[in-house]
Amino acid sequence: MLLTISTTHQPATDLGYLLYKHPERAQSFDVASGKVHVFYPEASEERCTAAMLLEVDPVRLVRGNEGAHGEGWTLRQYVNDRPYVASSFVSVALGVVFRSAMAGQCKERPELATKAIDLRVELSAVPCPGDGAMIARLFEPLGYQVEATRLPLDPAFPAWGGSPCFAVTLTATMPLSQMLGHLYVLLPVLDGEKHYWVGDAEVDKLLRYGQGWLEPHPERELIARRYLKFRGLTKDALKALREDDDAPADDARIDDATVSESTEPHVTLQSRRMDAVASAIVASGATRVLDLGCGEGQLMERLRDYAQFEKFVGVDVSYRELERAARRLRLEGWPDVQDQRVVLMQGSLLYRDRRLAEFDAAALVEVIEHLDPPRLATLEEMVFRHMRPRTLVVTTPNREYNSVWESLPAGGRRHDDHRFEWTREQFQGWGDGLAERFGYEVRYRGIGDEVEGVGAPTQMGVFTRGEEVGRG
Amino acid sequence: MGNQHLEIPELALVVLIGSSGAGKSTFAATHFKATEVLSSDRCRALVSDEESNLDATDDAFEVLHVILEKRLKRGLLTVIDATNVKPFARRSLVTMARKYHVLPVAIVLDLPEKVCRARNAARRDRNFGDHVITHQRRDLKRSLKRLGKEGFRIIHTLRSPEEVDAFEIERRPVWSDRRDERGPFDIIGDVHGCCTELEELLERLGYTWVASAEGREAHDSTYSKVWSHPEGRRAVFVGDLIDRGPRSLEALDLARQMVAAGSALCVPGNHEDKFRKYLMGRKVTLRHGLEKTVAELEALPENVRGDYRDAVRGFIESLVSHVVLDDGNLVVAHAGLKEEMHGRASGKVRSFALYGDTDGALDELGLPVRRDWAADYKGEATVVYGHTPVPQAQWLNRTINIDTGCVFGGELTALRYPERELVSVAAQRVYAEPIRPIAENARAGDVALLSAQHHADQVLDLEDFSGRMRIETALQRSITIDEGQSAAALEVISRFAVHPKWLVYLPPTMSPTETSRREGYLESPEEAFAFYRKHGVEKVVCEEKHMGSRAIVVLCRDEDAVRERFGLSDVGLGTIYTRTGRAFFQDVEREQGLLSRVHNALSASGFWEDFETDWVCLDTELMPWSVKAQSLLESQYARVGAAGQASLSAAERALAQASERGIHVDALLARTGERAAMVASYREAYRQYCWPVEHLDDIRLAPFHIMATEGRTYFERSNLWHMEQIATYLTGSGGASMHPTRYRVVELQDEEQVREAIAWWDAMTAEGGEGMVIKPFDFISRDGRGRVVQPALKCRGREYLRIIYGPEYTTPAYLELLRKRGVGKKRSLAWREFALGLEALERFVRREPLRRVHECVFGVLALESEAVDPRL
Repeated sequence: MLLTISTTHQPATDLGYLLYKHPERAQSFDVASGKVHVFYPEASEERCTAAMLLEVDPVRLVRGNEGAHGEGWTLRQYVNDRPYVASSFVSVALGVVFRSAMAGQCKERPELATKAIDLRVELSAVPCPGDGAMIARLFEPLGYQVEATRLPLDPAFPAWGGSPCFAVTLTATMPLSQMLGHLYVLLPVLDGEKHYWVGDAEVDKLLRYGQGWLEPHPERELIARRYLKFRGLTKDALKALREDDDAPADDARIDDATVSESTEPHVTLQSRRMDAVASAIVASGATRVLDLGCGEGQLMERLRDYAQFEKFVGVDVSYRELERAARRLRLEGWPDVQDQRVVLMQGSLLYRDRRLAEFDAAALVEVIEHLDPPRLATLEEMVFRHMRPRTLVVTTPNREYNSVWESLPAGGRRHDDHRFEWTREQFQGWGDGLAERFGYEVRYRGIGDEVEGVGAPTQMGVFTRGEEVGRG
Repeated sequence: MGNQHLEIPELALVVLIGSSGAGKSTFAATHFKATEVLSSDRCRALVSDEESNLDATDDAFEVLHVILEKRLKRGLLTVIDATNVKPFARRSLVTMARKYHVLPVAIVLDLPEKVCRARNAARRDRNFGDHVITHQRRDLKRSLKRLGKEGFRIIHTLRSPEEVDAFEIERRPVWSDRRDERGPFDIIGDVHGCCTELEELLERLGYTWVASAEGREAHDSTYSKVWSHPEGRRAVFVGDLIDRGPRSLEALDLARQMVAAGSALCVPGNHEDKFRKYLMGRKVTLRHGLEKTVAELEALPENVRGDYRDAVRGFIESLVSHVVLDDGNLVVAHAGLKEEMHGRASGKVRSFALYGDTDGALDELGLPVRRDWAADYKGEATVVYGHTPVPQAQWLNRTINIDTGCVFGGELTALRYPERELVSVAAQRVYAEPIRPIAENARAGDVALLSAQHHADQVLDLEDFSGRMRIETALQRSITIDEGQSAAALEVISRFAVHPKWLVYLPPTMSPTETSRREGYLESPEEAFAFYRKHGVEKVVCEEKHMGSRAIVVLCRDEDAVRERFGLSDVGLGTIYTRTGRAFFQDVEREQGLLSRVHNALSASGFWEDFETDWVCLDTELMPWSVKAQSLLESQYARVGAAGQASLSAAERALAQASERGIHVDALLARTGERAAMVASYREAYRQYCWPVEHLDDIRLAPFHIMATEGRTYFERSNLWHMEQIATYLTGSGGASMHPTRYRVVELQDEEQVREAIAWWDAMTAEGGEGMVIKPFDFISRDGRGRVVQPALKCRGREYLRIIYGPEYTTPAYLELLRKRGVGKKRSLAWREFALGLEALERFVRREPLRRVHECVFGVLALESEAVDPRL
């Protein structure tokens, strides 16, 4: 990874004093990730360019990974862009080789350290998600002119399009130390990945290097979120940043992990969906409830407060989701759950599971669309023939509504793993067929705000077993 | 006094009854293995450290019962060494024996009180008073008469030390245990008096007859032929020989003569049971055809009738509820039998075997409601039964009902075992009308569309695929899947896999060669050759390794075959899935298009006819890599190349500029240049395996194994055979999308051939090829100690490995680190997965239940979750 800093401030070679690196010498430094070399491709009175070349040592990179990840080996760690892109490795290198410059110290030219000079920074490969607009959104408010050119993925295959990396040129007039501080914080923000564990100290670092410019930055939340990556820390940082701002940190809005996978405006709809399903189940009078595909346990969290329920069981095929649910539900010591009332178990809706028979009510919230159609038929058999709950609540996206979301490309689906999304007619055709086959009655309604002509974003079907219908 | 013998079944619960000091422990030690004896004293000691700690009695018995339960469940004879003088103590033991259908035996040690007292007095650890013994003996006396009523089937009392000393126990097999009879057998369904059809069937099965020596004069048989098979085959009658049909007594006597002559075995049916009650003079209603049998009986001359009745009654009473044959692999019972009842004896076993899984409830026609036990049957043994007439005999979970309703105008059916062929003769006419139409007894109601097995296979039970699993395979005795692995597999299969009915095979992972000694290389063929030579393999087949994605092709000749063989409909002619069981193509049209090209190639070359099959499973490589890996290519491989190229060329330019003005950066400049060249090579490497796919013509399929066709696998063939057949039937004629695989056979002793093979690899990899796969000549090859050797080793090209180890892996320091890799774990995994994959197909071609096939592919996926260096 190469980073160059040029200036035309006269005399330009003063850059050497500012950086504490002699323009006529090449110097090398050891850093944890490898070696950093500083040299000057040009150094005249008119124009001087300092280059920092970070040579990431692949051996150390792999060793580091082995320590941090242990079992979680994937090939991604070996065929890796880390040696070539602007990332937290570069920030660390900046901090090591330009420590004094970053602190704004300059023995030889003290006045220059605080003086705004014209600067030009070139970065050979900067990863940035999306269309690259984030680069400008981050740097322009700080007074930079930004030029970002996307690198093609592979000139041999033009059809593959562009890579997520950009060649970036930043020009600005400002003190050098300020610019280094910006790079230090914002390069990892653009990259979105940290090579080391993000701990509490990072909050201090962010506040230290962000001093003076982060607080008024319009994208400060984005910066804090991506710099720290972990929600809990983000909250602390944001709180520290906006002492004067009374708005409480909105936990849910900070979840950007899901943004990349799911284009649905997540939180409010998810929450309304859970409320709708919970009230349908409460209204059914059920006492023993199954949450099929419970995910992180959001529905169970809502239901556990009702004394009406004697037992509810959350089933999911993903062990990891169940662990999250156990944390959310605070089932300590799971899976040896002592609490017989709330039980989480790994299960699959494509196998018969005798543990799941004889429940009053079951929920299938945003599950069916994750199954390939031939396997959906198996799920139908398992749920309607073998589990046969008295009440079954099913929700699934309403495809018609997708046109309302601008962020969703036409014909696109809301989630990478959705195998289909149905119109209201398709969903009701499916539901009516099942009700007929298995002796249920079914009622439908939308969840979320209805839009003329396309309905609500989520559709829900409440199935009631035949012999129960009269009783209600 | 002579020695007393007591005969007890090999599987029994022996309850010793006697007061303290009666000598129970000594008795138990004399006649039984130490592990067979559960002693209450010992259990007291286990839970409290003191044998005579009465406080610990309840806990001690709890422990005793737990162990007893486990032993009985596992079918082991167990002896209870406790006083057992109180009825309540015995009741729980009898209950347990009944639960596991084990015969309860009581052996009473009713020794004189003074003997007991004297013995107790001699023991230091017994510090209770004599009154205890007095009380115990009083309880014992009271108990003696009740033991039969309590459920003990064998009761034996010993009254003196001399009797005890002279006593001997003999163990005999349980009556139903005929495991040493290994056949071959012809199992014959419900005859119901259709003696004419029975004779025809016996002839068809190759049986011949001779006139009975005794015949009618003996007054005890209505039938005068004795049938037997010239090759020693034996008939096994599933019962219900009589009632409803025209010649019940003759049918019964035919079987009786054969049993007496040793040419047949017979189990009783419910009709024989009812006839027996009639013969005993019990009050029975003469209906369901019994009236006809009784009429035949009444028609016998009065002077022979009495003897005849006795003989028939004796025969029926001698029949055992069911028989376990052929080392336990075959069970015959009239109405079938659950696994836990095989070889057991109890009233429940008898009732199940004769009447089926009923609880006394009647349906609207007044017939007992029968539960379909076979649908839940998961046993290893084949169960053959009758009882309920069905339109055709169908296998389900290793069970088969061969009552095809002869007396109702259907057929009389026999199952040849071990051949598992069905032989039937049609009824000459309708002799009786069934109460319920036979068609309604067919399972699932859609026999015409889907077989009973395929219908049952719609449902797989989670309990069979969760937790710790042990899978028996032919190649390796048993493979263990741990709980975490099965949990991971469950997720992968549920979320991504194709329908389990398609999933008949998953390919194993493949190990690379050991690290090469060649300078600058991580892999080269020398190590593979050395490995096989070391393991006694003399000849190998080297196959070009295509860089695409592994693809399993399952293809049927037509849609009927899809339905008949895979139990699926409206799903096209087959499927193509990845090594993790995921559909290869999201686009169904493209999948079916490619399949139809394979189909065309097979049809044009006469494959279906030559292999006598209407389906095939092929192991293949599908190219280009980018078909499946496009998103990986874009998000990772190309991205790394693009960034590397941009960064390193920028660095090179800057360094060159600095160098020009005399700054000392030459070493760095040179190194950066080398790195840029490595990245360029890396980009070149992956580009070889990518091309745009717009049309089917752009896809190439390179098959390398014909895994299975109807009724057989091809694992005993050589890898050369596989290559040749594939060239003949698939790739040779240049069919569209069919891609040949270059290969050569190498005699490992021939240095010249080995050198040439290495040169061949060098040339192929220099041209950008991935490398080659080296396989032993035989598909399954064993070393000197009989162990199966690695079925294949891959040897990948130096440039190709940049995609795996990173663009700059050839940097000497880095390469040095990589050379320390170990392949042991990978090989163990490859080997276990190979065994499981083959087992899956073997089971599939044997038409075993889907559960059994799925278990193996599930196992392969589960093993894939083992943490192994993914670069190997």
